[in-house]
Amino acid sequence: MATITSSASLPATRVRASLGERIAPAAFLLPAVLVVLFVSIFPLILSLFLSLSRLRFEAGGLQVQFVALDNYRKLLFGSEQKVLFGTIATPSPIGWVVLGIVAFLMLASVYRAIREAQPGRAIVGRAIAAIVLIGLTYLIAASLLSPEGRPGTLVVTMLYVAVGITLQYLIGLGLALLCAQQLPGRRFFRVVFLLPMMITPVGVGYLFRMLADTNKGPLEPLWVALGMQDFAWSNNAWGARIAVMIGDIWQWTPFMFIVLLAAIEGQEVEPVEAAIVDGASNWDIFRHITLPAILPVSTTLILIRMIEAFKIIDLPNILTNGGPGTATETLTLYAYRIWRALDIGGSAAIAYLLLFLVTFFATLYVRTLRGRVSTA
Amino acid sequence: MNLKKFASLAALGTIVLAACAAPPAAAPAQPAQPAQPAQPTEPAKKFAGITVNAITFSGPQIAEPMQRRGKEFSEMTGATINVVTVPFADLYQKILNDFATGTNSFDVIVFAPQWMGDYIEPGYLEDLTDRVKADPDIQWEDIGLFFRDFSATYNGRIYTIPLDGDFQMVYYRTDIAKELGLQPPKTWDDYIAFAKAVSEKKLTTDDGKPVYGSCIAKKKAAQSYWMVTSVASAFIQSQGTGQGAFFDLETFKPLYNNEAFARALEIYKETTQYGPPDEINLDVGDTRGLWTAGQCALTIDWGDIGTLAIEEGSKAKDKTGAVILPGSKQVLDRKTGKLVDCTPELCPHAIDGVNHAPFAAFGGWSGAINKASKPEVKDAAFAYLSYMNQPAQSNVDVTIGKTGFNPYRISQFKNLDNWIKAGMSEQAAKDYLGAIEASLNSPNMVLDLRIPQNQYYQGIVLDGAIAKFLAGEQDIAATMKEIEDGWEQKTEELGRDKQLAVYKATLGVQK
Repeated sequence: MATITSSASLPATRVRASLGERIAPAAFLLPAVLVVLFVSIFPLILSLFLSLSRLRFEAGGLQVQFVALDNYRKLLFGSEQKVLFGTIATPSPIGWVVLGIVAFLMLASVYRAIREAQPGRAIVGRAIAAIVLIGLTYLIAASLLSPEGRPGTLVVTMLYVAVGITLQYLIGLGLALLCAQQLPGRRFFRVVFLLPMMITPVGVGYLFRMLADTNKGPLEPLWVALGMQDFAWSNNAWGARIAVMIGDIWQWTPFMFIVLLAAIEGQEVEPVEAAIVDGASNWDIFRHITLPAILPVSTTLILIRMIEAFKIIDLPNILTNGGPGTATETLTLYAYRIWRALDIGGSAAIAYLLLFLVTFFATLYVRTLRGRVSTA
Repeated sequence: MNLKKFASLAALGTIVLAACAAPPAAAPAQPAQPAQPAQPTEPAKKFAGITVNAITFSGPQIAEPMQRRGKEFSEMTGATINVVTVPFADLYQKILNDFATGTNSFDVIVFAPQWMGDYIEPGYLEDLTDRVKADPDIQWEDIGLFFRDFSATYNGRIYTIPLDGDFQMVYYRTDIAKELGLQPPKTWDDYIAFAKAVSEKKLTTDDGKPVYGSCIAKKKAAQSYWMVTSVASAFIQSQGTGQGAFFDLETFKPLYNNEAFARALEIYKETTQYGPPDEINLDVGDTRGLWTAGQCALTIDWGDIGTLAIEEGSKAKDKTGAVILPGSKQVLDRKTGKLVDCTPELCPHAIDGVNHAPFAAFGGWSGAINKASKPEVKDAAFAYLSYMNQPAQSNVDVTIGKTGFNPYRISQFKNLDNWIKAGMSEQAAKDYLGAIEASLNSPNMVLDLRIPQNQYYQGIVLDGAIAKFLAGEQDIAATMKEIEDGWEQKTEELGRDKQLAVYKATLGVQK
């Protein structure tokens, strides 16, 4: 930069400076933008193109046939529909109740938005959320909560996500609260609780496969003692699903635990000490001081886990290959299986469907919590 | 053929053995004698400086002998042999991607002949016919006719060098049969009766574990679709190999929605009652483990059980009998879709009125050469495949359980010495080889599906429908309809006439 010596040169300098100022941020950002483009946007666009086409190997290489939305049609209305949605039947009474509650809440939220005269965009957003959520709830009610119905990969995936994250959060929080106290051997426990997270998911899959082997595994004597030698969890849809969920919870609770532990230990000491002086019970301290303090971290934590959990594949793949029948098959596992059989277009279509689903849930989650967390 | 056990362990194939219930492949009783290098007819170090990249699945089966023989080959010729391994589930796709994108990282592929259609049609594989004819050491005529005609040949030209003989058989426990006064099963009804009788006896092994009537690998996305085809073939194909067991030769309609396949499904499901409680979650690795633990009276498997049963620690040693896949006295009338009694016209190959259709599931690991490789590399690659295939090497390798290689040469059946040396009793060797020979000599052998995208037809559609059926999610009619619809849809996508032409080409017998 030239030093300014005379007032005459001021305007020129100013112009030069402002030009530099205008270009500089863009120039500094450009490499990062390019990296993002190459690393994430370009594959996204390519896989979108793949999901609209069908690949074939012909003389001289690859023949890509554009089939527009045919892969999606197959998934949503065609031959793969049953895989995705399962068997739809009349919901059980519980199913109807659940559906009724969700429908009521969603319609109420849309009605409230209209009454409060919110901007049109917000109303449309809520209406879309209401339609999708009611649809998904109907799907759950008509497949999972129906005596004749059978959940497809979509519902099974959502089941793993919902049950898995809830239990992981609760167990992780419990362990974190325990380890935040002045216990003897705290350090040891912290390390032990973290171990499952360090193991590669495939390793965890095999670990649980051996553990769950009721014929030769370490739990076999226990199994026999319980008179269960003729029962195999792997033949039973719920038995197999629970086995997968146990493995998933074991693997991911440590992640919740470590972050929550950091949050609990990072909260301010004064309010807690003041509360103790005032004679507040442990529950009161947790409810009114600790919980609000760790809430922002919790919401982010759950969001990260949710995005990750939708992609579960290792455990069902190794434990049951998605069996018995279709009981434990997730969206990603199904996509992987057909990808291996060269239905690359169909596989990409499932991946995109998953992208929409995760985006929908993540957006809904963030919007729902945005107001509440800040006022908590 | 041990690979298939890992078809199930889709995501990776490395720690497989540890994870599988199969006992870790023990070393053979005596280390294999290093084969006498073939009399060098060429000057030594003929291929100095040449590197051959080969790919197969992460075994240890198949990959182990490839590496071991590769070292020997290097010492003899100076060529460097690199063996790359990938999990079985990814192999088909990986090779195809490599060829289709023009990457051409591999000169030799050791793969399932089932995939030939997908690799040959686009022109990726080298035609080996002339090389085979010009190579006296390979002793082509000694290779079983079936493998020469079908596994190695496509449209009358040779594209692969067989390294392994694959078809399914039924194994039974000779001691249990004797104890209960049962005959080895000739028909599938006999199989059911045998399994039932054992099951009702509630036998136990020496260490108090239950003995199951029948153990079949029924896990989803593993080998179940081969097993069900082994049962169904006897009901569907009766006119000889050229008739095919998958599609109608006129209309290319799948033969999977009729009384014959319905009967096969009934039998397949009934065997579950006499199996281990978690049978529908077992793959071949698990059932082989159960077999060597002495916990099964019957099983369907490739040739591997014969060699695994004589390994150290096996409780089924000298108690393992083998027979050709059971047959049926009733077969499909393709015009009506009905199950009808065998007549001499309908079942020309029937033995005592029973139609056997031994199933060459998978087809046996075979080596092929990339058409895009350099000429000198192709020469080295062919010499390497030929070396592994020659009797001096392969006659030893097929007697070792962990190689995953099963017999495919006539001399391997005729000569019991290597088998006895490997630890089989003479009776067991006769029994085992007899069953293989009977299957191989059958004019009604069923060739595995080799049309393009057979992975999708069998591994996704058929396998998925069978898994749902076994889990009780749907009945026989819905299962058959699902298979038929799924296959028809794929056929429509790929072009019916094209697929039919390839199907006929794969069945064309060249004598």
